[in-house]
Formats: sequence, structure tokens, C-alpha cells
Amino acid sequence: MVGYILQRLSGMIAVMLLVVTIVFVIVRVTPGDPAAVMLGPDATAQDVADLRTRLGLDRSILSQYVIYVGQLLRGDLGQSIFLNMPVTSALMERAEPTFFLTLLSLAIASTIALPVGIYAAYRRGSFLDQAATTLAMLGASIPGFWLGLILMQIFAVRWGILPVSGYGGPDTSLLERIRHLILPAVALGLVSSALIMRFTRASMLDVLGDDYIRTARAKGLGEQKVVLTHALKNALIPILTVLGLTAAVLISGAVVTETVFGLPGVGNLVVSAVLRRDYPVIQGALLVIAGLYVLINFAIDMLYLLVDPRVRY
Amino acid sequence: MTDLAPDAPAPNRGRTFLKHLLKRRMVAIGLAILIAFVLLAALAPLLAPYPPGKLSIVNRLKPPSGIFWFGTDEFGRDIFSRMLYAGRLSLSVGAAVVVLSSLIGVTLGLLAGFFKRLDTPIARLIDAMMAFPDILLAIALVAALGPSLMTVIIALSIVYAPRLARIVRAATLVIRELPYVEAARAFGNPTLRIMVRHVLPNIVSPITVQATFIFASAMLAEAGLSFLGLGVSPDIPTWGTMISAGRQYIGQADWMTYFPGLAIVLAVLSLQMVGDGLRDLLDPRLRKDL
Repeated sequence: MVGYILQRLSGMIAVMLLVVTIVFVIVRVTPGDPAAVMLGPDATAQDVADLRTRLGLDRSILSQYVIYVGQLLRGDLGQSIFLNMPVTSALMERAEPTFFLTLLSLAIASTIALPVGIYAAYRRGSFLDQAATTLAMLGASIPGFWLGLILMQIFAVRWGILPVSGYGGPDTSLLERIRHLILPAVALGLVSSALIMRFTRASMLDVLGDDYIRTARAKGLGEQKVVLTHALKNALIPILTVLGLTAAVLISGAVVTETVFGLPGVGNLVVSAVLRRDYPVIQGALLVIAGLYVLINFAIDMLYLLVDPRVRY
Repeated sequence: MTDLAPDAPAPNRGRTFLKHLLKRRMVAIGLAILIAFVLLAALAPLLAPYPPGKLSIVNRLKPPSGIFWFGTDEFGRDIFSRMLYAGRLSLSVGAAVVVLSSLIGVTLGLLAGFFKRLDTPIARLIDAMMAFPDILLAIALVAALGPSLMTVIIALSIVYAPRLARIVRAATLVIRELPYVEAARAFGNPTLRIMVRHVLPNIVSPITVQATFIFASAMLAEAGLSFLGLGVSPDIPTWGTMISAGRQYIGQADWMTYFPGLAIVLAVLSLQMVGDGLRDLLDPRLRKDL
């Protein structure tokens, strides 16, 4: 087991190194001089030269890479050009809305998807199963930002029962902030629930056909106990995987949704950084989100060891 | 396959496959919607009641009516006509991404699956690329390359190629060990020929299924990028740019947002229906009737 953990750990480190390399390369593929692109057409040659020196672009690619990795190892994601502050601080400042939005969306998605997925598998082929499967397909086809706009039009513009956009000021209470998150979270959650529902249904279907379920029924156990205790326990592992990965996907889904609702989160920060060509911020956000994804993947693998006694690596 | 003679020619097998595919109601509906979209887009110049860029200030923000079926936008342009032309671009972007990502993904997957020395580095690269959420990587690539139609296609192809590469690699690893491939090798066939003539035709099924889903994802992602102002120029009508323009008028002209969004939903849904049907039919575990 220790060998397996070490093997996964080394795999994770290798993937992270590649992730860092890809993020490093992305800025270097910019046609022309990244410093000139960042500063725009009005910048003087001296400004461009200064920024090149500040970003280390005047060094060789290899030494730029070594310096970049060294900075990352010290937890330094660089300096934002336009915000004039460390990228780490900019990300931390904007983390709260994104964190709560992701959490709330995941809660909404799971509350809808898990019971529906379980019931659809249990009543396979029934009207409800077909309806749920069709709705899941429809959910996966809806752009989250479009659904957000529709919800905004109905609940905020027409009925006026929820805020149109924003996250409130610094004095706004936590409850009020969460009220601002309801519409974006419902939009994101509904779209994500489609994927979780499909996985839950498939995973439950796999398990419900197993011999031990037949044995449990033959023992005279009630259907509720068979489905919720015996089947769900084993179906839970793939469901956990998809829940974890959905969390990571939601963070990136937040990029577009935050823009729709004017939420001052990481997504909004990334979009404004792209529009201003603030590459250190784009690189930092990419790294943090991809890093989270790799970590969640690793955590799920480790969870398999704990949850599933059949897993003996 | 009971209705086929053992030596049935390939066209008959193709027809039988299509018959079985269309027997599935979802697939038939999906294909019908998809064909309708392609026809509407292709025949846009004939079907559009107005030129897509025709400005008419007196007709600005008019609701749907017999004259303007889907209403007009802030410049008085006919939304239905613009949507027909936008469909051309949105569908073309999806198709172009499928072609380019297939080229990259299939090549990488075949190389990784066939050459043991290349397997680990390519597999790790695929893992690393798949660690980036789709839209975020696309945004970063568009930021680096500069927003344009071509950039969007390249960025989305880079984003989706690893999905295909992973599937092709897995399938190639299995097929590489099969006796007929060994036989082809024993006969002295060059590696490239074995890969193209003997391996590739046998992994077309998973590639086709995945390509359908990539088409759908690419259309969604393109709409997202255009909505953020990071895709094609806002002057060019795509369903994404049209939603983005409608966003400012959501309180007074919601039709500007509703109709292009519905077009995306229907087009993506039809692709998902076809993809699901293809997967069920091509997966030997699920295929009982062919």
C-alpha cells in the first residue's frame, strides 16, 4: 500500500511539473514580445525594456524557467502588472465568492442528482427513469451562462426577489452575500447535476445487478435497506470521483458565471486579466486551478484505499 | 447480424448499421435536428428574410412578430436572419475543432500506444493537459495567441485533443498485441502502414463517438468564449456573440438572449443524442441487435 501511495505521489509530482511547464510555455507562445503585448501600442521602448527586465524576459528561456520554478517553490506566483500586487494576494482576495459559489453549486447539484440518479437506476426503464435521463441530457446541453441570464431575467429583473448582480460591499452580512450567490449557484448547479445524475445512475445500475444484492433480497431485507445501505455504499466510489472532479470543473465554470452576475471572484479576475493581458495573473490562476484538480484526483485515489476494502494495490 | 450473409459487401453492412442506428428514436430525432441545422445554415442566403447586417434604427428592439419572427436587436437587425448566418459559423467552428483535435489526438494516441518508449511521456502530457479545465485552458491560449476565429479553433483543438489521444492510446495498446497485427509485422509491413491500415480502422468507433461529444463541447465552449468577448469579434454573428449582445438588453428585449441560446441548446442536444446512440450501438457490451 505504501508503495502504491509513493507511486501515485511521484506520478502527481510529474504531472504537476508538466502543468507548470505548460503554463510557462503558454505565455512564451505569444506572437511577438509578451512585454510589448501587455503594455499595448502606446508604451515607449523604455517601458517595454523595463517590463522585460522586471519579468525576466531578457534572460535565456532555460534560466527563465529555472527562476519561475524556483519562485513557485517559494509560493511566489509573481506580480500582477495592472493590480500592482502579488498574484497570490489578488487570488486570495477574490477566493471567497468563488469558494462559496462552488460549494453552493455542488450542494445544489448533489441534492438534485443523487436521489434522482438512485431512483432512476432502481426504477430502470420506468417513465421517471426516461424523464430523468432525458433531462440530464438536456442539462448537459445548456450553456451555464445562458441559464444564468434566464434566471436573472425571471427572478431578479421581472420578479425582483433576488439581486441582479454583485456580491455586496465590505459591510454586507454573510447571509446577504449568500443571497447574491443563489442565482449563479442554481445556474451552475443545475448544469452540473446532469453529469452527476448520469454517473450516479450508471454506478447504481452496475451494483444493483450484483449477486450480493440478490442475496440481500433473498435474506428478506427491505428494499430501502438493500438500495440505500447495500447498493449505495458500493456505488459511492465512482460517485465520489465524479463529485470531486465536478468541484474542480465548477471552479472553472465559475469563470463565465461570475462574469454574468458581476461576482468579484477568481473567474472575474481571470477574465479581466485576459482583457488587460495581465499574464502573471492568468498564469497564477491557471496553476492554482489545475493544481487543485491534480490534488483532488490524488485525494480521490487515496480515498479509494480507505473506502473500498476490495482495493488492495 | 442474422440478416447478413457472411460475405456481405461493406455497403450492406453500412446500411444495416444505419438502419439499426435510426431505429433508436433518440438518435433519429437527434440526427433530424442536426440535419435541419446544417441545412438552415447552408441555405442561409436563400432562407434569411433580411441581410444579417441590415441596420434599421426605426425597427430597433422590436419583439417577435410576423415581420420579424425572432424580433430585432439594438440596431434593428433581424435576429432570425442573423441566427441562420451565426449557425454557419458556430457549426463550422465545432466541425473544424473535431477535425484538428482528431488529427492531433489520433496521432499522439497512436504513437503512445504503438511505441513503448513514447508511451510514458505522451501519457503524462495527456494527464497534465487534462488537469486544466476546458474553458480555462482555452481562455489562456486565446489570451496568449490573441482572439480571432482561427485562434479559437486552435485553442479548442488543443484543449480537446488529449481526450481523443487517451482513448486512441488505450485502444491501440490492446490492438497492438492482437495476432493479426503480429502477422502484419511478421510479413514485414512497415510500422506506419500497420498503424494506418490495420490499427486505425479498428479504432474508428470510439473515435467517432468521442468526436461527436467534442463537437458538442466545442460549440458550448465557443459560445462561452464569444460571450466573454474572448472569441470571435463581436461584430461577427455567432450564437455566443448574439447572447453576449443581448445581455445588456435582458430587461427590455429578452428575445435577443433566448433565441440564440435555444439554438445552442438544440444543436448540442442533438449531438449528444447522436453520440449516445452511437456509443450504445458501437459498444460490444451494449450492442445486442447488430
